[in-house]
Amino acid sequence: MSTHRAYPMFNPAKSGVPDDLCPIATEMSPMLPGDWRSMRPIVDRDKCVKCAVCWLYCPVQCVVERPAWFDIDLRTCKGCGICATECPHRAIVMVAETTE
Amino acid sequence: MSAAVLEKNRYAATAKPHHIVCEGNEAAALAVAMVRPDMISVYPITPQSSLVEHLAKLVADGRMDAEIVDAEGEHSVLSVLQGASLAGGRTFTATCGPGLAFMFEPYFRTSGMRLPIVMALVTRDGITPQSVWGGHQDAMTVREVGWVQMYCETVQEVLDTTIMAFKIAEHHDVMLPVNICLDGNYLSFGAARVTLPEQAEVDAFMGQTDVNWHAALDPLRPMAVDPLTGGSGGKGPATFVRYRKGQCRGMQNALRVITEVHEEYAARFGRTFAPLVERYRLEDAEFALMTLGSMTGAAKDAVDEARAAGKRVGVVKIKTFSPFPVETLVEALSGIKAVGVVDRSVAFRWNCGPMFQETLGALYRLGRHVPAASFIGGLAGADITVEHFHRVIEQTEALLRAPAPTEPIWINESD
Repeated sequence: MSTHRAYPMFNPAKSGVPDDLCPIATEMSPMLPGDWRSMRPIVDRDKCVKCAVCWLYCPVQCVVERPAWFDIDLRTCKGCGICATECPHRAIVMVAETTE
Repeated sequence: MSAAVLEKNRYAATAKPHHIVCEGNEAAALAVAMVRPDMISVYPITPQSSLVEHLAKLVADGRMDAEIVDAEGEHSVLSVLQGASLAGGRTFTATCGPGLAFMFEPYFRTSGMRLPIVMALVTRDGITPQSVWGGHQDAMTVREVGWVQMYCETVQEVLDTTIMAFKIAEHHDVMLPVNICLDGNYLSFGAARVTLPEQAEVDAFMGQTDVNWHAALDPLRPMAVDPLTGGSGGKGPATFVRYRKGQCRGMQNALRVITEVHEEYAARFGRTFAPLVERYRLEDAEFALMTLGSMTGAAKDAVDEARAAGKRVGVVKIKTFSPFPVETLVEALSGIKAVGVVDRSVAFRWNCGPMFQETLGALYRLGRHVPAASFIGGLAGADITVEHFHRVIEQTEALLRAPAPTEPIWINESD
């Protein structure tokens, strides 16, 4: 007795359906964490042994691998400081972002 | 006849109109099965629990081809249904009181997202004081959340209104979630004879499902649903206002659509219910009582007796409380010289009943002063009897001669 209805692909432009029947967004308007971060991590390359603990712990996966150390992608880093807290070699410090 | 045969015959005859005796919760579940929903999600709570049990049984017995999601709480229940509704599914849930409170965050979002989800609200009084009994406090608390809310008077009306609710919710000019409010205890567990409509007729009545195509999930049309709007910059304020205005327009359209759907239902199934406001013995009435839900039966009986004793009194029953049918109510009260409004809940802020408060607002449109009194009764499962309504009639009649009381009159205060 299944009456599951077919799901016709929908063309909003031709449909005549009012476009105020639910807020939706079809264009990306990104606001990356780098735009509002208050602290940024700085990696001391001499202390970094590439153990990857920061890479494992980073909640937004912004730690990137370099030949001899791990670095931070500052576009997506939100400055939470978990990497600095977890680094067993104290190779990461958090510094305040300055207003420009 | 054996119990098994009785059970088999209970629903077997839905191929043609068929009479059974059942409680309001079962009537609602049977109506839901007849509109063939795709997904149901429910969490049990008194006095709604047996509705959940009936739904589960209908699915387990193969009488309803719907997915039942046994979520871990009401917040998840409604969130699950939002996803199903966005995917084009017909959805149903039921809750009350504390369950509704736990559901509040997605409850508000559902009307903003214009999702035609239907929910039976088996009304229960607000806690605390602790109680598990009926009352309209839960439904009244959410009367400003953008859901359509229709209150039923009888078990038959529960069944028929539940079917109609889907059609109203899914109407393109409405596209809003709908609550069917059935009084906890009095309708949820009150057993009465009901007529089950013929399944083929219900299918024909329902027709094609209308989904909110504007927001329907479609892999070929990626989108974010419910993104950030508002604020004070860019397109934010205008975007927010546009959607909010759309909701208000949908609510106003609902007044028309509810009326049309009730007319269509009456023509097809032969059962007529007042869609917005029912007028009972109002033609030459001097004064009137206003009622909501299952209390109306006792009010009508009391009015019949009062009429026999020569009092010119009638009943105005509100069925659709949200959107509030201002014009229809004003029309019904146009010849009335005094009105006694009986509420099954309180408006704490105004020290009266919520329907009384709404009625005062509507009476302003009438442009003439109508003495009115607020009666509050039936809280937490208390009964409002014919005898109680005789007191209400006396006290409302007194408004024709003496000033109206400034305090509400508490019906069950001395019970």
